[in-house]
Amino acid sequence: MKPLTTVDGLVVPLDRSNVDTDAIIPKQYLKSVKRTGFGPNLFDDWRYLDPGEPGMDHSKRRINPDFVLNDPHYWGAEILLARKNFGCGSSREHAVWALTDYGIRVVIAPSFADIFFSNSFKNGLLPIVLDEAVVDRLFAEVSATPGYRLNVDLAAQTVTTPSGEAIPFEVGEFHKHCLLNGLDDIALTLEHADDIRAYEQRRRAEAPWLFR
Amino acid sequence: MTGKTLYDKLWDAHVVRTEADGTALLYIDRHLVHEVTSPQAFEGLRLAGRRPWRTDTVLAVPDHNVPTTHRDQGISDPVSRVQVETLDANVHEFGITFFPMTDVRQGIVHVIGPEQGATLPGMTVVCGDSHTSTHGAFGALAFGIGTSEVEHVLATQCLLQKKMKNMLVSVDGQVGPGVTAKDIVLAIIGEIGTAGGTGYAIEFGGDAIRALSVEGRMTVCNMAIEAGARAGMVAVDDTTISYVKGRAYAPTDELWDKAVAAWREFKSDPDAAFDRVVHIDAAGIAPQVSWGTSPEMVVPVTGRVPDPDEAGDPVKASGMKRALEYMGLEANTPVNQIAIDKVFIGSCTNSRIEDLRAAADVVRGRRVADNVKLAMVVPGSGLVKRQAEEEGLDKVFLEAGFEWREPGCSMCLAMNADRLESGERCASTSNRNFEGRQGQGGRTHLVSPAMAAAAAVTGHFTDVRDLTPPPG
Ligand code: SF4
Repeated sequence: MKPLTTVDGLVVPLDRSNVDTDAIIPKQYLKSVKRTGFGPNLFDDWRYLDPGEPGMDHSKRRINPDFVLNDPHYWGAEILLARKNFGCGSSREHAVWALTDYGIRVVIAPSFADIFFSNSFKNGLLPIVLDEAVVDRLFAEVSATPGYRLNVDLAAQTVTTPSGEAIPFEVGEFHKHCLLNGLDDIALTLEHADDIRAYEQRRRAEAPWLFR
Repeated sequence: MTGKTLYDKLWDAHVVRTEADGTALLYIDRHLVHEVTSPQAFEGLRLAGRRPWRTDTVLAVPDHNVPTTHRDQGISDPVSRVQVETLDANVHEFGITFFPMTDVRQGIVHVIGPEQGATLPGMTVVCGDSHTSTHGAFGALAFGIGTSEVEHVLATQCLLQKKMKNMLVSVDGQVGPGVTAKDIVLAIIGEIGTAGGTGYAIEFGGDAIRALSVEGRMTVCNMAIEAGARAGMVAVDDTTISYVKGRAYAPTDELWDKAVAAWREFKSDPDAAFDRVVHIDAAGIAPQVSWGTSPEMVVPVTGRVPDPDEAGDPVKASGMKRALEYMGLEANTPVNQIAIDKVFIGSCTNSRIEDLRAAADVVRGRRVADNVKLAMVVPGSGLVKRQAEEEGLDKVFLEAGFEWREPGCSMCLAMNADRLESGERCASTSNRNFEGRQGQGGRTHLVSPAMAAAAAVTGHFTDVRDLTPPPG
């Protein structure tokens, strides 16, 4: 996993609550057996006017000019500003892969669905929870300021606005550590292989029907 | 000291170690695998040169992509076929138990786990699928995981987790006739909202839940995720234990007795403390119909489509307007005047034998209405299908004009050929009414199997309690 330390990026606002993973990446693209290549289909149903299928040439598709990702002002955005319960619905990690493949590195929202939240950290995507009132204000600032950028500093746990205001955010110690260092958490867990074996030995005695 | 909740007990029994910040390494007893969320996990194992920790805990099945007709001809969509073949190759390479499409035990992963006794009380059960919460019906800690976590469980038999908070949803009293587990859970989601359970593990309790069969409890736990909760669960009782007894992967003889004694402990202590408690009056629940594009957008069949102008909150009102537009509905329309184009009876929410019986009871002696273009029944597994056929349910459906299909996820998410066309309106027993879920531009209304059947035979939503007993 690529480490994430700071992101100084353009912000794209997605002003809808309960954005579900079916909307982030529609099911027809889940047939892929790879982790990459989902970026062109991020928000497919909203981004394009014609129905999409895997393998299509996206440059030939009909673009929905009203969808925010298609507004040239937001091209190259690395920070997605969203509303509450972002990433609800299915467990598909493809939703995170689509966001990162598109180039998004940070999502800011008042709340996230649990599975999406934990999937993000495994892929170098930082989900930041900020108060609803703060998010409201950021939405207002983004729409009033072309080229609006935010500076995210994971080590310091701050989001800094163009006016220099540093907004603090919370992040779990373990998640932060893994993200800052780009660590593979399977390797970390395997360092505790002896603990896992000891647990198994104990369980085998207590609940032998689980080991057959 | 206060007592422990069911969730506390399940959690404590599975903690291998805990880090300073509270992150725990949690041991996983059962890992269910399907074709969509596993290929990248197996690929990750291969790239890192790792082997699965304990293959005997893994059970794999293709369900999301499989066709529900002409199985003998294989999968015609080449992309879907590659995905199913990839699962096939992976299970062979790693030596994992597998029910291929041609096996009568094949079906939706959340139907077959319990059916085989692969889901047992007191277990931790995971799957790369958010509806893994279904298995909580057995007094198990069951939750959906992403693909990186699938790889993590394969490689280590553990997951890194933070403990969730405890919520009790108590459904007090008893539901009236014609009101099912699906109506109960839709009413709960309508009450607490799609994010109401975020950060919580929900235990469903109360007399109305106790009175449900295990199938009904699975329907309720299945949709815990639609209330935002990664895990839903119901305490173990005699109903649970008699369901498990005699199933293929369940323990037998002395091991059975030992297991049952242990399983009986998987219930909340009387003095257990919950972070949040919600009470719902069962008698007040009518058959439910969702009207919008989120499962919380739900009303009783006796009601009307709500009016955004009465929402009070502008953000909520704009979400409602967008949903009404997508759904092609006018505010204040009586629900029973909404006509439908298609009917889907299936999915891990409602495709077990009890669901098919409930639908068949309504359909028997009636015909699918003329305005309904397609009404289909997709059993949850090959074994459910076989049992239904032994009971003659297939004939009831076929005579009424339904299609009787092979098991799989089918039009619940429309990854195979079964889907809605743009603008089509469907009465569906599945669990998600998101935009495009059943096909781009498709309009999904979530209902119980009996309500889907009532809609099929009348052509619009109908209060199943008003249908006179069928002729004959
Ligand atoms: S039936 Fe639907 S909800 Fe259930 S596992 Fe399949 S796709 Fe997911």
